[in-house]
Amino acid sequence: MQYRRRILDISQKVSALHAAPAFSCVEMTDVIYRGLMRPAEDGKGFSDVFLMSKGHGCMTQYVILEALGILPSEELDRYCTPQGILGAHPDRGNPGIEASTGSLGHGMGIATGMAHAEKILRSGKRIFAVLSDGELQEGSSWEGAMMAANLRLENLLVFVDLNDFGGLERMSESHAAFYPVQEKFESFAWESAVVNGHDCAAMHQAVAARRGGRPYALLCKTVKGRGVAFMEHVPIWHYRSPNKEEYATAIRDLREVSA
Amino acid sequence: MRNTFAKTFLEAAQKDARLCVVVADISPAGAMDQFRKEFPERFINTGVAEQIMIGMCAGMSMRGLKPFAYTIATFALYRPFEFIRDDLCYQDLPVTVVGIGGGVTYSTLGSTHHAMEDVAIASAIPNMRVIAPCDPEETRAATNWCIGQEEGPVYLRLGKAGEPLITGNATSPFEFGKLRYLREGRDACVLGYGPILKMGMDAANALEDRGISVAVASVHTLKPLDREGIADLLGRFSRIVVIEEMVPQGGLGDAVKVIAWDGGLSCTIKCLSLKHEFIHSYGSHGELLAVHGLESRAIERALDVA
Repeated sequence: MQYRRRILDISQKVSALHAAPAFSCVEMTDVIYRGLMRPAEDGKGFSDVFLMSKGHGCMTQYVILEALGILPSEELDRYCTPQGILGAHPDRGNPGIEASTGSLGHGMGIATGMAHAEKILRSGKRIFAVLSDGELQEGSSWEGAMMAANLRLENLLVFVDLNDFGGLERMSESHAAFYPVQEKFESFAWESAVVNGHDCAAMHQAVAARRGGRPYALLCKTVKGRGVAFMEHVPIWHYRSPNKEEYATAIRDLREVSA
Repeated sequence: MRNTFAKTFLEAAQKDARLCVVVADISPAGAMDQFRKEFPERFINTGVAEQIMIGMCAGMSMRGLKPFAYTIATFALYRPFEFIRDDLCYQDLPVTVVGIGGGVTYSTLGSTHHAMEDVAIASAIPNMRVIAPCDPEETRAATNWCIGQEEGPVYLRLGKAGEPLITGNATSPFEFGKLRYLREGRDACVLGYGPILKMGMDAANALEDRGISVAVASVHTLKPLDREGIADLLGRFSRIVVIEEMVPQGGLGDAVKVIAWDGGLSCTIKCLSLKHEFIHSYGSHGELLAVHGLESRAIERALDVA
């Protein structure tokens, strides 16, 4: 819960935040960073690679990188200001950021290229990526999914944040043919599992039960805006930052959830 | 040019294990087929999927490899444009995008296969460099430069196959970012890039018989443009003809006029380019260029003005 609190605090400095899509992928991203990524041999950072393909979820990545000591707190304090280095989408070269994302549908291709490169280099490194459900509407995501399976990239693990909302509306109502998602991955020769994306233990167990030999998709059912009742399932919080009153309510909400 | 590229790449790849090729369903002829056989993991065919061709190159580059994306120019640059912009240029990755059949090389295939605006489009993106060699020998040198550089993205615009050698008497070797003269002259100068420089050479030869001495310059690097070299050229010749197998906007012709204006120069500059039209006409490469108004006689006429 500390991550959401930190994101809400930062929200008071900027008008555009992407709070709700950050809140849906908190547990997924935390499981990857704290549970699955292997540390680098020199103790600095990780030997495995993380890619936030849904770039608008990067607040979650930032606060986790801050907690890991990779991203300085001062930079989060300077978020979206001319004095700082962090924007509302990840920028390659910043501490812990492997790729500049923000335009959707790019992560699957980049991650596929990364995974194939590590295979060529015989490094044993794994590539983890967090994708949104909305960006699976981009054809390029499926170009990448097909190719990753063709190349049998078992070192590629994709976590999909199935929060059921794009920027505009509920996808299961507006784009019903998008579902079911798991069958689509399976038909492209991926191994997959469906879990509750807010249940860390369930996600760990699913990955541990993986058979391997193929790319892996963990389809995480989540709630957009999770943790703040008035944000949950409400599309406007894709973009908005809470005002002072809303912030106070959100903080109170978070306490109630954690209690 | 295609075969020279493949041969040059294979030779380098046998020494540098980081070199890879990502193609999108284009047949690996000649030396490229050899590369595929020798290094199957480093030759990736994404199928008819150009966005992932670029995306994979980005990911491979981020992990330390040196990938080249390779397909027909329209599909190399236009179809995955935003991937080139965001994945390669925004992140300044040393990936070479090879466009085969620049201009209207594929003269019987229609405008879906004509890269008529590629130089302007590629040049517009920050960090992107643009090279368009004029013959196999210049292709070899340009390819080696792309292989050796680690700074950022390059668009390498090639023709097809069978282009004649025209750089045999060049006054200087290929140097990235520097124009060079393919032949000297006193009275006028043709400058351009790519295989249609052969037309400039033909026109210069024809005019020489009539006592007019014409120089020909290869501006193989379109970005960064050799502004100093062009300013020097404009200062030395009173009659200039720019030829380019590209639409009239956003290419060398525009740039040369800007350089002349900025330098306060008073030379006569004529620009011959593709028309700004989709032309529904088919035939040989030369025949289609002629429909666009690009032929050596037109260059002669443009040069032979009082």
